[in-house]
Amino acid sequence: MVTRRTLIAAAAMAAMITSAGPTFAQDKVYIPLISKGFQHQFWQAVKAGAEQAGKELNVEVSFDGPDNETQVDKQIDMLSAALAKKPAAIGFAALDSQAAIPLLKKAQKENIPVVAFDSGVDSDIPVTTASTDNIAAAALAADKLAEMIGGEGEVAVVCHDQTSRTGVDRRDGFLNEIKAKYPKINVVTVEYGGGDHLKSTEITKAIIAAHPKLKGIFGTNEGSAIGVVNGVKEMNAKVVIVGYDSGKAQKDAIRSGLMAGAITQNPVGIGYETVKAALAATKGEKLPKHIDTGFYWYDKTNIDDPKIAAVLYD
Amino acid sequence: MSEKEARKGSAHQKLLAFASLIVLVIGFSLASPNFFQVDNILSILQATSVNGVLAVGVTMVIITGGIDLSIGTMMTFCAVVSGMVLTWLGLPLILGVIAGMAAGAACGLVSGTLIAKAKIPPFIATLGMMLVLKGLSLILTGTKPIYFNNTDGYTDISQGSLIGDLLPVFPLPNGVLILFIVAAIVAWVLSRTVLGRYTFALGSNEEAVRLSGVNTDAWKMGIYALAGSICGIAGILISSRLNSAQPALGLGYELEAIAAVVIGGTSLSGGRGTVLGTLIGALIMSVLTNGLRILSVAPEWQTVVTGVIIIAAVYADQMRRRSAR
Repeated sequence: MVTRRTLIAAAAMAAMITSAGPTFAQDKVYIPLISKGFQHQFWQAVKAGAEQAGKELNVEVSFDGPDNETQVDKQIDMLSAALAKKPAAIGFAALDSQAAIPLLKKAQKENIPVVAFDSGVDSDIPVTTASTDNIAAAALAADKLAEMIGGEGEVAVVCHDQTSRTGVDRRDGFLNEIKAKYPKINVVTVEYGGGDHLKSTEITKAIIAAHPKLKGIFGTNEGSAIGVVNGVKEMNAKVVIVGYDSGKAQKDAIRSGLMAGAITQNPVGIGYETVKAALAATKGEKLPKHIDTGFYWYDKTNIDDPKIAAVLYD
Repeated sequence: MSEKEARKGSAHQKLLAFASLIVLVIGFSLASPNFFQVDNILSILQATSVNGVLAVGVTMVIITGGIDLSIGTMMTFCAVVSGMVLTWLGLPLILGVIAGMAAGAACGLVSGTLIAKAKIPPFIATLGMMLVLKGLSLILTGTKPIYFNNTDGYTDISQGSLIGDLLPVFPLPNGVLILFIVAAIVAWVLSRTVLGRYTFALGSNEEAVRLSGVNTDAWKMGIYALAGSICGIAGILISSRLNSAQPALGLGYELEAIAAVVIGGTSLSGGRGTVLGTLIGALIMSVLTNGLRILSVAPEWQTVVTGVIIIAAVYADQMRRRSAR
């Protein structure tokens, strides 16, 4: 009795499994991407970019990631399964770069090139890192802000962090651009609010109180930018605000005109460039240490542009 | 159901589970040449080690008719404690391991006391513990991972291979070896000791056990504490694997462990179950996850398939029991 049912179940399962497997064309190069997640809009956009590159470059691409960004061990298991498939190359966005080192070493030993994406890995194993060039993106923010205040006057920066890579890059990218191109603009202060809405609001109010002639403020991430918007609103000041990333509050502020515009990263580009670089690495092409995956300026006029809307999230 | 029948019943479920495992392995091997490779089999086993240890520990609790929802975050909490002892205090490796297990035993004892003495239903008591321990891990670490870079040999606990030193072609990770040892010990406890006998008795008819003069509260607390110390072992395995105690990790691991227990034929209503079944259940889970990944099945579908398999396993068990009656 048990045996017969077991056999039927066995046959059914075997049938299910064999039919579930996608058919791999053996001559097609296979590149799996292991990301930090797959459910969020940001990661879905990365996936869309990777699949687009797969189609254009005739590469078999797969995309996998843990349910949330805490599941470091699940991501390691995914990386390990991806390596077992003997891929031509692999894309990897490490949740914890140290935890992945043994497997990255294994990839290196098996001559499988690794392309880091979204964030770097503390190791020289990845052949390149495809992520946003925060310095260049912040420079664009500086250009836009300078243009809107007429190239002269006082501005301030509300930054999210003084130690993290993104905080430092966005701050310096902005400051250096102002210094190099706009001698008549004076950056009166750089303050740090930890990306906290409330803290950034208080900071903004203090800056405006101290500098009544202030013409513009740059908020370096979502939380900082929203804090700046709140502070300016509470002080009823007339200040040009430039933000970073998206999120519903920031999008609303741009639509209502409170915020002049913001920089958004390009997750589609991150996915696309990762696959492209991985393919190049399999052919032994030399790659730059860092690949800029692009960013966009968006404001009231182009916020609903399909290309921009695709990279914004709520 | 007499004890003999119960044993026979779970033997059948084990057979069914084992057959499913073999079928899965054969199916995946036929579907992809990359599945049945030494490296991949070793990764599957390694992926089973943490969930397997958790599942073996909670098997005992489930046999008593209880449940422990806190094992996932308890595992993390234990890893954090051992990280504090090793990295912050710089104490020797063995003390870190002992501290992790002791932390688990203490947490288990708290749950057991809440259940046995304060009469809080196990589901609620351990649900509360799950949240308390999740929060404590984040508080103790300041939400940042603790790395074990200064503790020589810590990563070897899970990633090293004693067997590989003897038999280089099959470098079985130590984590898997530890899983097998833990499983063997718990299987022995359940089948050969008084504690084991009371574990089954509590699950079958707690009232009768109590009326025959046994201090059921004390035994129950002991079982939760023992399961807790096994969680501590899982905590050490996962942090050794990741070279870090990740404070935010852990939620959701309890359900995977419970799923493995159930697939292995242990009854959630208590009184019936085996460690071998749980081990097979845990293997089925990780073979399935790995195999679907090897076949590049989309992650959305992976979870659907896993859910269907859990339901199918329990349904098969129900059918078999009905026909046996």
